[in-house]
Amino acid sequence: MTSVAVADSLSTRRTGSLAKTMDEVRALVWRNLSHIPRMPERLADVTVMPVMFVILFGYVFGSAIVIPGMEMSPESSAAYREFLIGGIFVQSVVFMCITTAVGVVNDMKEGVIDRFRSLPISRVSVLLGRAIASLVEGSLGIFVMAICGLIVGWGAHNGFGNAVAAFALLAGIAFAMICIGIFVGQLVKNPMSAQAIGFTLIFPLTFASNAFVPTDNMPGPLKVFSEWNPVSAMVQAVRELFGNLPPGTPVPDAWPLQNPVLATVIWIVVFAVIGMTLAVRKYARGRDQ
Amino acid sequence: MRANSHSGSGSELAVEAIDLRRSFGETKAADGISLTIPRGMVFGLLGPNGAGKTTTVRILTTLLRPDSGVARVAGFDVTEEPDEVRRRIGLVGQYASVDEIISGRQNLILIGRLYGMTSSQAKRRADELLERFDLLEPGKKAVKTYSGGMRRRLDLAASLVVSPSILFLDEPTTGLDPNGRAATWDVISTMTKGGTTVLLTTQYLEEADRFAEKIAVIDHGRVVAEGSPAELKARLGRSTLVVHLGGGLTEGAATAAVTRFAASAPQRRGDELVVSIDDLAGTAELIKALGAAGATLDQIHIAKASMDDVFFELTGRDRMPEGKAA
Repeated sequence: MTSVAVADSLSTRRTGSLAKTMDEVRALVWRNLSHIPRMPERLADVTVMPVMFVILFGYVFGSAIVIPGMEMSPESSAAYREFLIGGIFVQSVVFMCITTAVGVVNDMKEGVIDRFRSLPISRVSVLLGRAIASLVEGSLGIFVMAICGLIVGWGAHNGFGNAVAAFALLAGIAFAMICIGIFVGQLVKNPMSAQAIGFTLIFPLTFASNAFVPTDNMPGPLKVFSEWNPVSAMVQAVRELFGNLPPGTPVPDAWPLQNPVLATVIWIVVFAVIGMTLAVRKYARGRDQ
Repeated sequence: MRANSHSGSGSELAVEAIDLRRSFGETKAADGISLTIPRGMVFGLLGPNGAGKTTTVRILTTLLRPDSGVARVAGFDVTEEPDEVRRRIGLVGQYASVDEIISGRQNLILIGRLYGMTSSQAKRRADELLERFDLLEPGKKAVKTYSGGMRRRLDLAASLVVSPSILFLDEPTTGLDPNGRAATWDVISTMTKGGTTVLLTTQYLEEADRFAEKIAVIDHGRVVAEGSPAELKARLGRSTLVVHLGGGLTEGAATAAVTRFAASAPQRRGDELVVSIDDLAGTAELIKALGAAGATLDQIHIAKASMDDVFFELTGRDRMPEGKAA
């Protein structure tokens, strides 16, 4: 019987070998991405939402918010949109944390994860498969946003290399946030709480930052918080690399904003390592029910 | 690794569990469970909801670590060499499920790929299984559109992607309607005839009686009895004598007449008197006693012990939920 022959050939491949793990990850990425054609609405979080933010903030608030060094005018509104896009890029990759957590909770709830845990596969495969699939979705979102940005007048003005670096940085942030999301998704019991926890943490982080408005005029403690908020460093790094800040724009004295690219890389490593470590440990231990 | 000394494949025992314990907070889900299942046997683990069946299966399938105790499956220690165990088992349980968003075929291909099959091997195997489990048409659709019975057949197929040497069927028919249950039983009976070792857990006596060569009855995290269905019935179940009284005798008088033959208090059901008896040889005397008391006997019926009676005897709980099974 074919199945017996297959089982024999399988026993020669060791679980945990790099080649086997890569194969597993590939299969699991395929599984996660197979969800998209069957429930395209899942992509709304990474595509439609950022576009709405661009339109709402760019045109509603953009008509009233003036970035430092400009007078209120049609030009100031265009300059705000240029300023805003970097913030929305970062906001939407940071939100990947929530969408990933929701996906993981659903897997746990439906018992798919237990099916995987009963198979002879490496512990990291399931998590890595989820992370990479989420990253693919996130990249699609970044692409859609970039197109949308170009339509409303945003652009990359700092050379091709820096633009590539900016996109790489966004992908790195997305990956780090996905790692956190995979851990959080295993902690909570249902998608609603994943969403609630996510929004409670992520909303203040993205809004109490320089993502939508410059931090200069914020009241004291909030200003300090915003300047040291990881999101601000990330947004600043993306704006600098894309060349979205008018020359001579004042930069706050806080170290992360003076060295935004380095600070962002540090944050990515910190979040990715903490998230992945906790996620793998939690996964290996399994649910206690 | 210490478990290497008894390296798997030579062992005669498919499952060997010694004193498994696992608590969740205050609840002792497994409170010293020991089991031995020889290769090739269909073994039933019977118990009510919450008895510890699923906890036991989850420990044996490496999904849950025991607090203490040792378990070897296919000769490999479940905590020391979980991968060796996972390679050799198939699992069907409501908690170890499939992906509902993608199709049945995609699920089977995914599992094949995760076992290390090439893409074309996995597709071929998926199609074989879909055909065998009568899922070729629905195989293309998202699993969430499946009926309960189709869904369970897919779960069963998923456990057979590679031929496992030990199959764990954890409550394979719970929650199914009578049609789904009958269809699933057909599938299980072909699965259990192939010489594969099967550990079947169920809360349905009929199911255990039908498939298992040996049954362990489990309650409150402990094995309370073990043996073949016939042994258990002979040892624990009592025969029941049902006498249809034609009148002429008050209930009290009839009860008084049979009490000394009965193993437990006789019960009155309408015109019938239900008496459990240990020894059928006493039947004649019992009937004589009733006659002497002035009873007219319309009808006498003797029933052998059912698994129901065995279960009641062992756990003191009321009859097993028969569900919607006829």
